[in-house]
Amino acid sequence: MQITSPGFKENARVALADAGLQKALANARTGFVAKRARAVAALPEFESLREEGREIKNHVLAHLDFYLEAYARAVEASGGVVHWCETAEDARRTVVEICRSVGARTATKGKSMIAEEIGLNAHLEAAGITPVETDLGEYIIQLRREPPSHIIAPAIHLNREDWIEAFRATHRDLPADRAFPERKTLIDEARSVLRARFLAADVGITGANMLIAETGSSVIVTNEGNGDLTQTLPKVHIVIASIEKVVPTLEDACTILRLLARSATGQDFSTYTTFSTGPRREGDRDGPGQYHVILLDNGRSSMLGTGFQDMLRCIRCAACMNHCPVYGAVGGHAYGWVYPGPMGAVLTPALIGVETAGHLPNASTFCGRCESVCPMKIPLPKMMRHWREREFERHLTPSAARFGLGAWAWVAKRPWLWRLATRVGMGVLGRLGRKRGRFGALPLAGGWTGGRDMPAPEGETFQARYARLKRQGLA
Amino acid sequence: MVASEADAKARILGRIRRGLRRGPLPESVAAGLVERLRAHPRNLIPARSRLPRADQVALWRANIEREHATVADALDRAEIPRLVAAYLAQANLPPAIRIAPDPDLASLPWAERPMLAIGFGRAEAEDAVSVTPCFAAVAETGTMVFPSGPDHPTTLNLMPGTQIVVLRQSRIVGTYEDAWDLLRAERAAPWDGPTVVRFMPRTVMLVTGPSRSADIEQTIELGAHGPRRVHVILLRDELLETEPG
Repeated sequence: MQITSPGFKENARVALADAGLQKALANARTGFVAKRARAVAALPEFESLREEGREIKNHVLAHLDFYLEAYARAVEASGGVVHWCETAEDARRTVVEICRSVGARTATKGKSMIAEEIGLNAHLEAAGITPVETDLGEYIIQLRREPPSHIIAPAIHLNREDWIEAFRATHRDLPADRAFPERKTLIDEARSVLRARFLAADVGITGANMLIAETGSSVIVTNEGNGDLTQTLPKVHIVIASIEKVVPTLEDACTILRLLARSATGQDFSTYTTFSTGPRREGDRDGPGQYHVILLDNGRSSMLGTGFQDMLRCIRCAACMNHCPVYGAVGGHAYGWVYPGPMGAVLTPALIGVETAGHLPNASTFCGRCESVCPMKIPLPKMMRHWREREFERHLTPSAARFGLGAWAWVAKRPWLWRLATRVGMGVLGRLGRKRGRFGALPLAGGWTGGRDMPAPEGETFQARYARLKRQGLA
Repeated sequence: MVASEADAKARILGRIRRGLRRGPLPESVAAGLVERLRAHPRNLIPARSRLPRADQVALWRANIEREHATVADALDRAEIPRLVAAYLAQANLPPAIRIAPDPDLASLPWAERPMLAIGFGRAEAEDAVSVTPCFAAVAETGTMVFPSGPDHPTTLNLMPGTQIVVLRQSRIVGTYEDAWDLLRAERAAPWDGPTVVRFMPRTVMLVTGPSRSADIEQTIELGAHGPRRVHVILLRDELLETEPG
């Protein structure tokens, strides 16, 4: 897909002015947060499970070579085939080769962020194989030929009217004047259109939420059941998974599953959690005859031993973006590649380079909500700060920002000057804004005040207040 | 694996080891990890399902009903065909069912319901209703466990608009871990994999209610790609000290 991460600032400006997007985001912002809060409050052990989840993933990463080899051996002992792929190109080529080996003309797909990461659909189309997205959210964005804007709710940027428009434009064999009185009408139509595609597909491609070394199983988690139909009906099932998805045992998987749905959708457990182990067995009446796993590295092994290793614990629940004020304001497309929000701001520079994605770690207020809700306790703000430092060190920061930072540092290193400047600044702004209590516009800060008001400062500076309270024995 | 993929494997493992600043794991460490796989120790398990038996069954039921499945009780297995027919009539569904080729289900007195068209096997595109067994059910979240096999084709859980599940109450367990242990105990066979014992069938589906989607405006609608309705017939095959009130 086209990478537009270098244009993040412009993307964000456009997103803030997009009324349809803002309506959709307003709808989404409250739902996920409230549902997660309810699910977490109902499980007293949630915090301890987070600790254990983190330890399991840290244990895996410290022994990743062992667990990958054990996993691959278990897949092979179950009759499956593992394809080790270093790059996106290797993975795409391998998928096409498998499809060609069975003369495939269409491939159904379950939702897979790795497939997005490697740009699989465009590559399949170029090879003459029609990819059919079957997750409803992925289906609509495939019809609209746009990338997902969220890692678990790919069409979160759309409203009902957008669905109706796309369905009318695509499902031409249905009566043009049909009505869509409720959401269910849309879902029923998609179900019947896609059911025919499921039955006709030669290959089914899914991602994996986890891989299990003990049994050689791949795990998918869905609510629709589309992933299950994708991996059950065609004669070939291809799993695309990155190397950090492996966990040791079914017990370890259960700990992570207890965290995943609660953090993602606020469900206690998703509707379908399915463990697939190799191809159809003797006596089975359904299931694919071939089972392939594309085990993709694509830059992840190089994150081990660096300040970004913790990012490999991520289980793609999307809690960080659901709770992020920046994501909530601009949506996922502004981030310009596959992974948006805080996890994307950390992962994207590691996968496509800080030169291209350097803006993303800057798109944060460092409010810390992402880390506080992350089920794997990934220190996302700390890692965004690492990227900012690297960007600065490599002189990728624009000169105006470098000058501003330099000026700030010069003042901040001189306490007398800092105290004077903050006291004068606060006094002036406080007096000017006394009447309204806030500023709708400020000189040199038009970009900032364009989207929000600046509160007028009140009372004394932080340092003055701290000193006073300390004198009074209150701090 | 073709040669280029073997090279890719060696390079990926090499980069991992360089990142971790070590070579291949020493024999003793690797043996410890193999032992961890074979022993599969349990992690922290939420206390919510550690309950007296009757309460555990009640918890399962409350959870699966909250997830939009319906539950009917059968006091005797001979009642099951009648309960199936009654459900179809009440839900206004055609009296035709595809039954999993499971010996327990096949031996039910279906002949007593002559109006019911029955077939055994995997699901086909035109099947509207399936009847399946249930290996185990998990009280913690209401989840039902469906291992695939000749007796229980996976398509029956996915393609028909309605799935009727026959669950024996004695197969309700507290947690997912309890269900895995049942599978390990009942399906173990020698294996060439890292744990030397194999028990996983081609697929195990953990199902918690009917299919749904929230992809349109983040609002949940039932009946996406899988069943719109999941109806459980709970066979009361164990005596409980105190029935939940």
